[in-house]
Amino acid sequence: MDFGAINPILLVASLMVSATPILLAAIGEMVVEKSGVLNLGVEGMMITGAVVGFVVALNSGSPMLGFAAAALAAAVLSLSFGILTQYLLSNQVATGLGLTLVGLGLSALIGKPYEGMKAPSLQDLHIPLLGDIPVIGPMFFQHDIMVYVSLALVAAVWATLKYTRFGLILRAVGESHDAAHALGYKVVRIRMMAIFFGGACSGLGGAYLSLVRVPQWTEGMTAGAGWIALAIVVFASWRAGRIVVGAYLFGGITVLQLNLQAAGAQVPVALLSASPYLITIIVLVTISARGMHGAPASLGRPFHASH
Amino acid sequence: MKRRTLLASAAFAATLGTAALAQDTTKACFVYVGPIGDGGWTYQHHQGALAVKEAYGDKVEIAWQESVPEGADAERVLTQMALSGCDIIFTTSFGYMDATNSVAAKFPNIKFEHSTGYKREHPNVSTYNARFYEGRAVVGHIAGKMTQTNKIGYIASFPIPEVIMGINSYYHHAKKVNPDVELVVTWAYTWFDPAKEADAARAMLDQGVDVITAHTDSTAPLAEIAKQDGKAWGFGQASDMATFMTNDDGTPGPRVASIIDEWSPYYVKRVGALMDGTYEQVDSWAGMPEGEVVIGEMNDAIPADVKAEAQAMIDAITAGEYHPFTGPINKADGSPWLAEGETASDGDLLGMGFYIEGITAEIPN
Amino acid sequence: MIHLVKRPQPSRFWTAVTPILAVLLTMVVGGFMFAALGKPPLEAIRTIFWDPLFHEQFAAYSRPQLLIKAGPLILIAIGLSIGFRAGIWNIGAEGQYIMGAIAGAGVGLAFYPMESFIIFPLMVIAGALGGWAWGMIPAVLKTKFGTNEILVSLMLVYVAESVLASVSSGLLKNPDGMGFPGSRNLQQYDSAANLEIIPNTGMHWGVVAAFVAVIFAYVLLTRHIRGFHIQLAGQAPRAARFAGVRPARIILFCLGLSGALAGMAGLFEVAGPSGQITIDFNSGYGFTAIIVAFLGRLHPVGILLAGLLMALTYIGGELAQLMLGLPGASIQLFQGMLLFFLLATDVFTNYRIRFGQGEAA
Repeated sequence: MDFGAINPILLVASLMVSATPILLAAIGEMVVEKSGVLNLGVEGMMITGAVVGFVVALNSGSPMLGFAAAALAAAVLSLSFGILTQYLLSNQVATGLGLTLVGLGLSALIGKPYEGMKAPSLQDLHIPLLGDIPVIGPMFFQHDIMVYVSLALVAAVWATLKYTRFGLILRAVGESHDAAHALGYKVVRIRMMAIFFGGACSGLGGAYLSLVRVPQWTEGMTAGAGWIALAIVVFASWRAGRIVVGAYLFGGITVLQLNLQAAGAQVPVALLSASPYLITIIVLVTISARGMHGAPASLGRPFHASH
Repeated sequence: MKRRTLLASAAFAATLGTAALAQDTTKACFVYVGPIGDGGWTYQHHQGALAVKEAYGDKVEIAWQESVPEGADAERVLTQMALSGCDIIFTTSFGYMDATNSVAAKFPNIKFEHSTGYKREHPNVSTYNARFYEGRAVVGHIAGKMTQTNKIGYIASFPIPEVIMGINSYYHHAKKVNPDVELVVTWAYTWFDPAKEADAARAMLDQGVDVITAHTDSTAPLAEIAKQDGKAWGFGQASDMATFMTNDDGTPGPRVASIIDEWSPYYVKRVGALMDGTYEQVDSWAGMPEGEVVIGEMNDAIPADVKAEAQAMIDAITAGEYHPFTGPINKADGSPWLAEGETASDGDLLGMGFYIEGITAEIPN
Repeated sequence: MIHLVKRPQPSRFWTAVTPILAVLLTMVVGGFMFAALGKPPLEAIRTIFWDPLFHEQFAAYSRPQLLIKAGPLILIAIGLSIGFRAGIWNIGAEGQYIMGAIAGAGVGLAFYPMESFIIFPLMVIAGALGGWAWGMIPAVLKTKFGTNEILVSLMLVYVAESVLASVSSGLLKNPDGMGFPGSRNLQQYDSAANLEIIPNTGMHWGVVAAFVAVIFAYVLLTRHIRGFHIQLAGQAPRAARFAGVRPARIILFCLGLSGALAGMAGLFEVAGPSGQITIDFNSGYGFTAIIVAFLGRLHPVGILLAGLLMALTYIGGELAQLMLGLPGASIQLFQGMLLFFLLATDVFTNYRIRFGQGEAA
């Protein structure tokens, strides 16, 4: 393959932008899974964020307000999943799939009047000094604010999980809810908070699609991005730092194969598009073969205090 | 036993079909592969459906169903439409081809119109398509004139004749006015995935491409081009995409023109023919002369002389004086395809599986 | 304070009542939604739930169609439910469905245009094997390395989708198809076609297989020692181990079985109602079947009914779009609500609701 014709500066710059929606959704989902809950409804929450963010940004003229509304709307939607799975003890897999159905349907109904309109978008920042550095500047420091917000969010999640008491409790709840309960932690409340946070992040990811990446509202515009976010969490083996690697790898492979095509190389598209998933499986096998169970031990298991 | 099954069910369905026909108003039904809000392919078909209602008012009734998956679901939806009293059913995606023909066999009194296919196994099945390559010729001409980098791009969906035809037409007309032009094709392997389409556009822009046309449905490539601040241009695809014609500050936007799928004339004509009894089975492949392929308003980013040339080409094609594939044209491997003055046959175009001379890439398989 | 107390046994009364309650709740809330969209609510609900069964114009056609739509859902859900009972979470049935369809159709197309009675049975076997093999990947990885099967089976769905895209525009592409992606239509190849066994009943071999699977699962779970082991493994893994149940065997059995059933469903679909392998041949049956399995409370008879109910909302939803001009998205939302209400009311089956201070918590 001919890599020579591809400008690495532009490639990196482009993949940072195209990976941002899945990065946002994945970091949120990781927190949810760390607390022991598997929410398969990421796609539904993302697209709800996409439509609400678009509508609010269009009506208010402020993309930032759009992002805030998107986060809130998707988080509120995710609470329906939380109430069902945490209080009414429904199965998480089935409820997550239901959430996807609800999100796709609801977003299409909300978005009908807004099809074909143009919303205010975010301006690219040109970070002083850093942005002026040759090569590095255009690669990393000339993007819109949400690219940095997503990275800051990852850093914050990493630090919270690793260094704070709350992070410790969250992880304890995900590893063994019975033990955490015995220690007096409010398992359900903590999981609800994690679910709420996961919903908000998915909403931001969706809004990034409808306000920056595409920027327009069309029905079904997430086109499977939520499912990719789920895969990234697994790929990252539930570690915040690796979420960035995973998101940039998944996003990067699409960008790379399109760039290779644009540079005139013959590309085995089907193999390349399957490759991130194959790599994810290999990663999963490697970590489990090493005896480390990457997944939080209580992942997907219902919790009821009176066992 | 299987044969008997077929015959029996055909007889059963035929009795049902006749019952549905005795009505005053004519009912036209439409099956869509995507949501009406896709802003592209399905949206334009729905505009055609609304035009039928507009044209005939109370004499027609229209009904539709969106996001119908190809395959088993399509067959059921078609049968339910037939049972609900539809007199003519338009099936608007290639993947409905076999379902259309098999349901048509059971309802001989109902007319079926299948878009972009080639199978007419029963007298009540017609096929229709539009000569989109005529539109590609015009935008190819504009692209060849406007490119500063001499690199033009095409976001392709799937390697099928329809798309290859478009690529060849686009390149041929760009090359005619700009011998140095080079074509970059990226295959997205999707008809609709806004984020991926944006990525494809960006990849080409990064490679120095400055004029892009798309064979996918969303506006995402135009939005990506808009970020180049007037240094790159694109075209609306399927629908006019007029929101990108002018920037917020009033300067000309990234969408310099568009190729509009205009199904209204065909739908109005066919439903009208059914109503006045002149309906016949057809294999329709119409284009600019019939108003089915329309070039949307050209904005002021295009220099006046180029606009005039493009308009002249539109006029010539509309008048039937110019065929976009007029020889001499060679195939990519150098072998002759069309001799001087020879025009491409429809058969050649519909099965097109090769690039023309000058395109260096290969068609993926 | 409201709190829940687990019942020693699921309540029989609530098991029967909750689905009805959920459907009623969905009708009420759905009715408000349809009214908000400016459509007549009662008519919309009647069209969805009543017309496919009893409308004079449609019912003769729709009733058999219920079986055709429900068949693959039930077949896949039965396989999944057995694994779910054992605590083995195969959520990649969609991938197994695709691989079964590809393998089965591949065998059929390899014989084209030869006619022989043996071709269709061979295709069924190939379909089952294709799905089985795809299901065995997470099974083997789980038994060998302890890898999480939920995630591996989900990842394999995307891999299967890539394989599908590749073969439908390559290996299995119809040579007479004008260059379009997609295989030959198996419905038009007698020896490979999965047509109705009795005309206009909707009964094709896939529906028969679904019914057989329901009976098989019922017998397995209630009369067979393996069924007992499976349930024991799910409810009390440690006790199961003491009872001599080998977890690896259960994992291989459950994932293999659910894969094989999903693969067969794919084959019956591609050789029958769908007809051909195309790029987006799969329409989500594998995921919808998970919903069906839970709606049916993982019980064979429940799954049979849940599959039919799900099929009813699909077909009724189509009719509502056609007759009343309801947007497709509203039907999707309606189905989501139905699922949510069913899951929510399910709590009554397994728990007692207590008001006031709880003694256990």
